[in-house]
Amino acid sequence: MNNKKILFNGLFHENPTFVLLLGMCPTLAVTTGVIDALGMGLSTAFVLICSNIFISLLRKFIPDMVRIAAYVVIIASFVTIVKMLLEAYLPALSESLGMYIPLIVVNCIILGRAEAFASKNNVLSSVFDALGMGLGFTGALAIIATFREIIGVGTFCGIPLFGENFQGASIMIMAPGAFFTLGIILAVINIISVKKKGGDKDVC
Amino acid sequence: MNNYTGELVVSHSPHIITPNSIQRTMLYVIIALIPSLAAATIFFGIRALLLAFVCCFACAGFEFLWNICLKKKNTVSDLSAIVTGLILSLNLPVTLPFYMAVIASLFAIIIVKQFFGGLGHNFMNPALAARAFLLASWAGAMTTFVSPDKAINIFGNADVITSATPLGILKEGGSRFPSYWELFIGDIGGSMGETSTLAILIGGAFLVWKKVITLHTPISYILTVFILGYIGGDSGLFHILTGGIMFGAFFMATDYTTTPTTKTGQIVFGIGCGLITFVIRKWGGYPEGVTYAILLMNVVTPLIDKYIMPKTFGYVKEAKANE
Repeated sequence: MNNKKILFNGLFHENPTFVLLLGMCPTLAVTTGVIDALGMGLSTAFVLICSNIFISLLRKFIPDMVRIAAYVVIIASFVTIVKMLLEAYLPALSESLGMYIPLIVVNCIILGRAEAFASKNNVLSSVFDALGMGLGFTGALAIIATFREIIGVGTFCGIPLFGENFQGASIMIMAPGAFFTLGIILAVINIISVKKKGGDKDVC
Repeated sequence: MNNYTGELVVSHSPHIITPNSIQRTMLYVIIALIPSLAAATIFFGIRALLLAFVCCFACAGFEFLWNICLKKKNTVSDLSAIVTGLILSLNLPVTLPFYMAVIASLFAIIIVKQFFGGLGHNFMNPALAARAFLLASWAGAMTTFVSPDKAINIFGNADVITSATPLGILKEGGSRFPSYWELFIGDIGGSMGETSTLAILIGGAFLVWKKVITLHTPISYILTVFILGYIGGDSGLFHILTGGIMFGAFFMATDYTTTPTTKTGQIVFGIGCGLITFVIRKWGGYPEGVTYAILLMNVVTPLIDKYIMPKTFGYVKEAKANE
């Protein structure tokens, strides 16, 4: 697999959110606004790139028996860095993401890519994999957040779209709205991918 | 019988053909809802009728569009979408803006009904789920109740006098309680269809007469709340005459798809609804709990059906040992 293919693999064919269904906790929790979603996605992408680089570099030295613990230590170090950076430079974002930044440590996308990709491939491929997966995750969060923010609050990135009298459907920024949006997007993506394969119609 | 064509039909049982169909059943439900709609129009003005029309039209329209988009056989003519729209509208306060009613119809038909496979496959009552959706989205508009006899402007609600529902008075305190007669006739604030117990009873009696519903769920539901009302220190009669209990018991807790199939199961369903309703009314944050009671019991329905199995025809216990 060449690097371009690896990159697009993460963005589309194996999109972590819409196809692999990994990292559902931040997907459902922080997609109430586009800004929050982008912040979460980019933080995760940053951690993913750094951890993939280090795990790929150290893949020959980490003993198989303790590899998960070693991965978690590497990931947790970068999450701590991200958390401190956000607190220092983007306090508002850090405030609204709250607990979900430390929780990146246990995000299954990062651990999954470490286990499935970085521990078996060279550094350059791992970087491309992390870029694809990280941006795929960010894009997916942004798409969900766009729908939820526009319908739920009537704003996009905090900019009002419909004037002052608009009352959003506040269920869309509550937990049920996240499930509705994700479910509908997944259904549409499945329909498209089934049609593309020309597969049997009974699936949908 | 009209169906006799003069040919020898060789088929397995059942051989008796009834004129019952989905369409006919739904038509009976619509007829049974007419008294409630009439009462709503009398007490709340012409806007009630208009809101009901908007809901029915929107529900039928969304069902039609869905079938067109998915290239499916069109199911608008089975009238189930109209019933959903009518029940939904009778669950709404009369002052609700029309666009919210249309969004609720979209939610009921597309997300609750068609996403799960259409008529007979939805696991929740679409109209009630849409009501819960509205309640979570626009709580203010959904709990603005007006007292009857005040002229309600069709296009706006600027000169409307809001009034608490009897259950709201019970919960938050306030002005005087209406008399039992007012409660029975429906001369109180509340959602469009739920206020007039008399109209609901007429419609319910029609459904029972036409054998569309049995009385197991309504009676066990209403009786449970009645008894619990007295145990809880309030008037049981007051509890069953206010809020959505009558409407819910006759028209929503008897939905075929989302309630148990066996008679014992239906009684369990009714008692469960009654318990949850009373608990929400007495200790919950909302003054009324019928919506959530029926929705929660809808979700439990597969479990009830699993544990209360009907006895197979001709089955005897000893047969199991010989197996």
